[in-house]
Amino acid sequence: MLRYVVHRVLIMVPTLLAISLITFVIIQLPPGDYLESYIAELQAQGERIQGDKIEYLREVYGLDKPWWQQYLVWLGGLFRGDFGYSFEYEMPVSDVVGDRLLLSFIVSFATIVFTWAVSFPIGVYSATHKYSAGDHTLTFIGFLGLATPNFLLALVLLYVANVWFGTSIGGLMDPQYLDQPMSFPKFLSILEHLWVPVVVIGTSGTAGMIRRLRANLLDELQKPYVVTAKAKGLPPFRALVKYPLRMALNPFIADIGNLLPQVISGAAIVSIVLSLPTTGPMLLRALQTQDMYLAGSFLMLLACLTVVGVLLSDLALAVLDPRIRFGGGQSR
Amino acid sequence: MSARHYVNPEPFDPLDVERLTPEQEKFYTASQWQLMWWKFRRHRLAVISGAFLLLMYFSILISEWIAPYNLHSRHPDFIHFPPQEIHLFHEGAFVGPFVYGSTFKLNLENLKREYTPDTTVVQRLRFFCSGDEYLFWGMVPMDFHFVCPPEDGTFFWLGTDRLGRDVLSRIVYGARISLTVGLIGITISFVLGIILGGISGYYGGWVDSVVQRIIEVIRSFPELPLWMALSAALPVTWDPILVYFGITIILGLIDWTGLARAVRSKVLALREEDFATAARLMGAKPQRIILRHLVPSFMSHLIASATLSIPAMILGETALSFLGLGLRPPITSWGVLLTEAQNINVVALYPWLMLPVVPVILVVLAFNFLGDGLRDAADPYA
Repeated sequence: MLRYVVHRVLIMVPTLLAISLITFVIIQLPPGDYLESYIAELQAQGERIQGDKIEYLREVYGLDKPWWQQYLVWLGGLFRGDFGYSFEYEMPVSDVVGDRLLLSFIVSFATIVFTWAVSFPIGVYSATHKYSAGDHTLTFIGFLGLATPNFLLALVLLYVANVWFGTSIGGLMDPQYLDQPMSFPKFLSILEHLWVPVVVIGTSGTAGMIRRLRANLLDELQKPYVVTAKAKGLPPFRALVKYPLRMALNPFIADIGNLLPQVISGAAIVSIVLSLPTTGPMLLRALQTQDMYLAGSFLMLLACLTVVGVLLSDLALAVLDPRIRFGGGQSR
Repeated sequence: MSARHYVNPEPFDPLDVERLTPEQEKFYTASQWQLMWWKFRRHRLAVISGAFLLLMYFSILISEWIAPYNLHSRHPDFIHFPPQEIHLFHEGAFVGPFVYGSTFKLNLENLKREYTPDTTVVQRLRFFCSGDEYLFWGMVPMDFHFVCPPEDGTFFWLGTDRLGRDVLSRIVYGARISLTVGLIGITISFVLGIILGGISGYYGGWVDSVVQRIIEVIRSFPELPLWMALSAALPVTWDPILVYFGITIILGLIDWTGLARAVRSKVLALREEDFATAARLMGAKPQRIILRHLVPSFMSHLIASATLSIPAMILGETALSFLGLGLRPPITSWGVLLTEAQNINVVALYPWLMLPVVPVILVVLAFNFLGDGLRDAADPYA
């Protein structure tokens, strides 16, 4: 087991390096840099340009150096926990990102829990009641969730929440808690606001989960050992839960790897619509203003979140499934 | 069979029971594609979806005729005009499809434009008529429409937007962009997927490892943020058409990983088969073996999974355009139309501006059902 873990963690290193390289290339792609658009903006407003500050920034971040040198500097910084400098906020990226990443994490985590909580019983029901009216209805609702663009669903739910429940529009908490330290009422307020994004983001993932669980469980239920178990008089519920369900659950865990990027994607756009204080809106803004280190850090951190998530799901799978554990570290 | 049962004059044929009925004969001699078609036909939802999609794709050939108005014609007197109902009967008498006229009042308290239908004015719709002028396919000047507004009235079946443009017409035109984004994107990802997946599966070894690592890295990025970053990199100064191609290429460049994995696993399984070995022994080059011998044997699976990934692209384009990072006016896609519905006021006051989402949902659903049907049919011997 230890060998597997070590092997699995070592594989991550080149992956993360490649991710950082791609991230850097992407944020370098737009022509010009932040300073250029910053100067243009100042000039448009008729302001005097603080030449020395810009020269200083250019030098500190090596914007005049070739891109691979800039990359090495940035990469070196990453190891020391220094994500670079956000030009727009005029402070280190790590100070800007911290809270938002935490909230992103909370939203993503809540969404995954929601997705599981919803798709698990529905998937089991659909498989055991194959082709019944209930199965068709639930599958259709799942498909509908898959097909509806998240952002529009977010808008409509926002409206509904506002009209029916009187929850204030947007945000992740009531305005009065914004700069307060965490407390129980604040926590309640977050819970009250959290359900809209969680439901919205969850809808797209749930459909896929339901279908996969249903297909897996159907495969298992046709196997002879289930027939044997039933023939020997095992109650239907036990004949379902004891083995077939456990077998069908494996892909469920393996799927975190697919679910996580999907959830983070969904969270990005939904939080822009709902103006949640998560990474989404800030990433959009950073991309628009070419605040390259900020945008790069977001991309990098979101990708890392995914990589770590996949790692955890692989480890969980290895714990559950000895074939993987002893398979000499084949990934999935 | 003779009626006298006690003796059969025919010679006894011991193979009689094994002989095939004509139907069975047809089944056993049918080609693989024939079998797939029979199997696909049984999946009713998939057939309906396929027909619906064909219809939609056909409609983009003649968008100009279907739309009652020109894409860009503005009606300054009818801003945020609510959807007009089509009526058939006026005061109990049948008059054919018509709309009522309307009166406009500006509510001075909240500055809301209020339009009330005037049920005394009956305005009959015109069919196969000349209306707004346009350039058919951007080239031929024409003014033919299937449906036109009444002579001195309006026909905003789905209402108008903030510039008084007909929402229905814009949805019809938007289909052109939204539906083709997925097709072009999937073509790119198809080609990439077959080439890279094929190479990776056929050669194995370090080539395989490299391709697998690349796929893993690309899949680690959450799709949407990556799309956002890449499309933000498209220069603002580009022509909208270039941006359109840029976006489709971006969508395709990221999507190929799933297909490549599918191709790889199939190639891995098939490359040791006798027919592949035979081809190799006869001196066929790897390119020929992969493309001529291996790929055709799982083409149907590939088509099915490609169909299933088109909806993701359509939704991706919609999301990007909605965020203002994708297509920009004057290019009109469903996503661009939905940018009008960006805040909660729209939901409350002008809900019809959200209607472009309906074709998005329908098309995505149809592609999903069609893909499901194709996937079942892809393996006709199962």
